[in-house]
Amino acid sequence: MKRFPEMTVVKEYEAMLEAYGAAGGDLKALKSSAVGNLVIHENKVLGVNETRGIKVKTKETETGVNLRLVIEKGAKVKHPVHLCFGVLPKEGLQEIIFKMEAEDDSEVNLVAHCLFPNAINVTHRMKASIKVGDNARVCYRETHYHGESGGVRVIPRAKITVGKGGSWESTLAIIEGCVGVLRYDFEIFGEEKSNSALMVKLFGKKEDDISIVEKIHLDGREARGLAKSRLVLTDNARAMVRGETYGNAPFARGHVDCLEIVNGEGVIAQAIPVVYVTNRLAKVTHEAAIGSIDKKQIQTLMARGLDEEQAVDVIVRGVLK
Amino acid sequence: MGINQVLEIKDLMLNLNGKPIINHLNLEVREGKIQGLLGMNGTGKTTLANLIMGLSYPDGGSIMLDGKDITRDTISQRARKGITLAWQEPAKFEGLSVAEYLRLSRKLSSGEIERLLWMVGLPPAEYLDRDVDASLSGGERKRVELASVLAMRPKLAVLDEVDSGIDVVSLPHIMNGIVEMSKQGSAALLITHSEDAIGIAESVSILCAGKIINSGPPQKMCRWFKTNCQTCAHIGEPVL
Repeated sequence: MKRFPEMTVVKEYEAMLEAYGAAGGDLKALKSSAVGNLVIHENKVLGVNETRGIKVKTKETETGVNLRLVIEKGAKVKHPVHLCFGVLPKEGLQEIIFKMEAEDDSEVNLVAHCLFPNAINVTHRMKASIKVGDNARVCYRETHYHGESGGVRVIPRAKITVGKGGSWESTLAIIEGCVGVLRYDFEIFGEEKSNSALMVKLFGKKEDDISIVEKIHLDGREARGLAKSRLVLTDNARAMVRGETYGNAPFARGHVDCLEIVNGEGVIAQAIPVVYVTNRLAKVTHEAAIGSIDKKQIQTLMARGLDEEQAVDVIVRGVLK
Repeated sequence: MGINQVLEIKDLMLNLNGKPIINHLNLEVREGKIQGLLGMNGTGKTTLANLIMGLSYPDGGSIMLDGKDITRDTISQRARKGITLAWQEPAKFEGLSVAEYLRLSRKLSSGEIERLLWMVGLPPAEYLDRDVDASLSGGERKRVELASVLAMRPKLAVLDEVDSGIDVVSLPHIMNGIVEMSKQGSAALLITHSEDAIGIAESVSILCAGKIINSGPPQKMCRWFKTNCQTCAHIGEPVL
C-alpha cells in the first residue's frame, strides 16, 4: 500500500489526534488509560487501549486492518469505547474487516470517528460481522468528518445478530463536509425479545451520491426493530433510501421511518420502504416523506424574528440532531 | 390613530376567486390591552391573523404598527418590530427542545424559561428537554407555543384560538399567562370561540364574513354574538 511517505508512526498518531480534536472528538478520552480506545490510520494500528472487559485484536493487512473486538460476558463497560479510523492524505484506501462479539449480559457504548478531512480520492470500506449476545446491549455511534471536496467513497456493510433480549442501536452521521459516495448496507437479525435500531443522519451536498439500505429481520417472538433515516439534500445531491423490515415471528413489531428534506434544484431523492410479514401475529409499519421544508415551520420561526435562512438552518439542524 | 394604539387596521381587503374574504375591515388594538375577536367558523379570523403577521398580503387597505405602515413587511420584519403569532395548530419540530424553542427570539436564563413554562401550566422538569415534535399532545404544543410568544415580550401578540383543545385545568394557566403578558405591556389580539376565554379581554369585536360588525365590552358582545351570530346562517354575508 502506498504510504504517506513523510509520516512516522508518531507523527501519524499526532496527526490523527489533531484531526480528531479538530472534528470535535474527545481527546481526553482518546488519551485516557481508563477509556478503551483504538486508533487506525490507513492500514496502520497507531494505538490500542484495552480496558476491563474489552479484548482487542488487530492485524494489519496490505489495504487495511482486521479487527476483532470482544466485550466479555457480563462486562458493563463504564466509559464509551472510542474508535478512530481515518485516512489523512488526499488519496488512499482503508479496508477494515471488523468482527465483534458482545458476549451475553455485556453492555458497551462504542463511539467511532471516521476522519477523511483532505480526501480527493479516498476509499473507506468496512465489512462488519457483529454478534450481540443474549441480554447484551450495544450502542454504536459513528460520526464522519469529511472535507468539502466530496472525494471520499464510504462503503460500510454489516451483518448483525442480536440474541435473546439483546439490544443493538447504531447511528451513522455525516453532517460536516460532503458525504461523497456512500454505499451503506446494514442488516440485522433479531431473536426473541431483542431490540434493534438502525439510524442514519446525512447532510448531502454538491454532487454527493448516497445509497442507504437498512434491513431488519424480526425472527424471534416479540422482537422489535426500527429502521430510521433522516436526510437533508441540497445542490445536486442524490439519495436512495431503502428500509426493509421483516416480521417473521409472533408479536414482532417493526417500523421503517424515512424523512428526506429536499432543498436544492438538482436534488434527486428516493425512498423505498419495504414491510414484509410472514407471521400473522407480527406487525410492521412504515412512513416515508420526501419534500421541501415545511412552509409552516419556516413561518413559525420567522414569526419569532428569524430570517428565512436562519429558520431553514434551525430546522435542518434539528432534523439531523 | 390614537396615541396608545399599537395596531390599526384600515379598510383591509382580501379577495379569493373574486370573493371578499376580508371585506373593508377596520380594527384597532390598544397598547398593553387585550382585544378579543369572536367569530363563527369561516368568517375570516385566521385569515386576518395571517394578514397581520405577514403570512399573506392584502389586496387593499393598510396595517399600521405604532403608527408605521407595515402592510408590505415580511414576517421576519414584523416580528422584529414586535408582532408575533401563536398558531391555531402550531408546527412541530424534530430535534428542537422546548428550551431551545423558547430561546429563539431572545436570550433567556434557565430561571426565565422555567417561569414561562409554569405560566402556561407545564412543569419545567418534565418539558424543558422534550422536543417540540409529535411526542407532544396538541394541548401541550399549544401551551409551548404560548410560552414562546410570552418569551418574546412582543408589542402585539396575535393569539389564534390558543384556548381550543386545552383542558379545563390548564385553561386558567393560559388565560393568566395572557393577562400577565398584558400587564407587562404587550397587547394581544385574542381570537377565540370561547366565552370563558374572551372574558379577559377589555374589548371584543365580532367578525362576520370578513368584516367587523360590532364591538363593545366582552359580556355584552358575548350576548350579542349568541343572539345574532350563533343562530345566523349568514356565513359569507354580513348580517349588518
